[in-house]
Amino acid sequence: MDELQTIINILLRLHPDEDFENNAALIDGSVLDSFDILSIIAEINDEFGVSIPPNEIIPENFNSAAALADLVHRLDD
Amino acid sequence: MFFTSEIFIIFLAAVFVGYYTVFRRWQWQFLLAANFVFYALSDAGNLVYIAAAIVTTYFASRRMARLNAELESWAAANPGAAKAETRERRAAVKAKRRVWLVLCLIVNLSALAVVKYAGFAIATANGVRAAFGAEPFQMIDFVLPMGISFFTFQSLGYIIDAYRGKAAKGESFFRLAAFVSFFPQLIQGPISRYSDLSGTLFAPHAFSPEDFREGLFRALCGFFKKLVVADRLFAAIRALTADPAEYPGVYVLVAMIAYAVTLYCDFTGGIDIAIGVARALGVRVAENFNRPFYSVSIADYWRRWHITMGTWFRDYLFYPLSLSKPTQKLLKLTKKTFGPKLGMRVPVYISTAFVWFATGLWHGASWNFIAWGVANGLVIIISQELSPVFAVVTKRFGLGSRTWWTAFRVVRTFWLMSFLRSFDIYANVGATFRAYVSVFSGFGASVARLSAEGLAALGLYTADYVVVGVSVALMALGGHLIHARGFRVSNLPFAGRFALFAAVCLAIVVFGAYGFGYDANQFIYNRF
Repeated sequence: MDELQTIINILLRLHPDEDFENNAALIDGSVLDSFDILSIIAEINDEFGVSIPPNEIIPENFNSAAALADLVHRLDD
Repeated sequence: MFFTSEIFIIFLAAVFVGYYTVFRRWQWQFLLAANFVFYALSDAGNLVYIAAAIVTTYFASRRMARLNAELESWAAANPGAAKAETRERRAAVKAKRRVWLVLCLIVNLSALAVVKYAGFAIATANGVRAAFGAEPFQMIDFVLPMGISFFTFQSLGYIIDAYRGKAAKGESFFRLAAFVSFFPQLIQGPISRYSDLSGTLFAPHAFSPEDFREGLFRALCGFFKKLVVADRLFAAIRALTADPAEYPGVYVLVAMIAYAVTLYCDFTGGIDIAIGVARALGVRVAENFNRPFYSVSIADYWRRWHITMGTWFRDYLFYPLSLSKPTQKLLKLTKKTFGPKLGMRVPVYISTAFVWFATGLWHGASWNFIAWGVANGLVIIISQELSPVFAVVTKRFGLGSRTWWTAFRVVRTFWLMSFLRSFDIYANVGATFRAYVSVFSGFGASVARLSAEGLAALGLYTADYVVVGVSVALMALGGHLIHARGFRVSNLPFAGRFALFAAVCLAIVVFGAYGFGYDANQFIYNRF
């Protein structure tokens, strides 16, 4: 399973009815709140061993599953 | 200098004239001078606090910028350096930057703590000492420097962003000073971020009739809310809370409604003046409210009320605290103990409780504010835990699209927030709980009394309630026109604009609460 699909699965566990493949306004559209963000960060840490620092918690990094996958990829390097 | 004082109007007129004429080439420098004139006219004795905040923040940010520059020079001189060595140097620079961050935080938070909380801490300690029969400590009373909670938070936001490398790479001293002291938002917010405000604050602004008109109209609406509604209703709130035992039962609910309207008009009125004045200067300041009384939950309410304070606590306290090493260690432990689902939430809830405790403390150095903050945190945590149940019920009965369900949630949130706000209304934890109890124990008798005496017994005339009722209806209508219909003053023809400005000015002059019994000219949030 690739990074993107794993992230979509993490997101689906929080909001099963959301279309995370196409929604690119998860923060701007208030789909994710701060509790969700912390859950996502914890799950990403478990799945990929990547720690997301507070300064990376900006809308651009959390607005879509693809943006999150890019963030994980960047922090992993 | 209150926004509602005559001297502020004179000051503002002078700033507008100077800004767009003589000093149009040095606008932000002129504003910087105006900021300090504003502060000196308001609270000259405490200028040292804002000056210290600016100097210490500037000094720490320069040190950080120098460390970053040294690292960049080294990286440029050593393009083939091993990854491990680069990482090691980066970590070393980060550690040094952290030292400057911590020093800056300690200095600024200590100043805030001493002037704002020393009296509270000594009084609390004396309470404990009295229980053991010990002599009390000497009380120290500081006069709270104007706007210290706001300019301290703006400075701290700046230095934390500088530490994170997100903004302001060695900004000039005077620009930093102009940002921290920007007079429209100095005394009650909004709390701006440098990355948001700097672009608009330091850009040259030719006089724009549209910006000036929109800004002035917004400020006028702020004066209307403050002088016509908030200051008028204060009299009733004072009557209801001077001796809470006198007004139990249904009067507690009346106090909650009156205070909700008063606080909303007082705070959003002040923010309207701040944002409107800034807009008239061509400067766009972040919005601080988004129709909070339409919130469907407490979490939703806090995304709409005092937005810049909420996001400040979220970005600079909640996230760093939740992602800190101790919290992450705790997370591992709780996941092992409670399982992955509940275990993941426990540390987040601890951070939530702490942040709300801090939010309560930020609002005031007294137990009622701490209780208010903790109660908000508890309600948010309980709502979060119950959210899966609500989701199932909403889905099962198809409630999501029902208007009456949304209306129910809005009303429920209003009353929940009103009950929480009672800690502020009665300014005493015990009195607040007694008021809660009286709502249920003395309701019938108080309704009979209210029917017999009416609201006129609370120190206001029937005409005052009519003015408040009509004003609230007009505000709701205005909010609807602005948000749903995109209404702008500038869209009106000249005659319409003239009539609207004249009507609001006239309403402020005729219906503004002035004179005997109406002396609450200070905005509630000025004292924070």
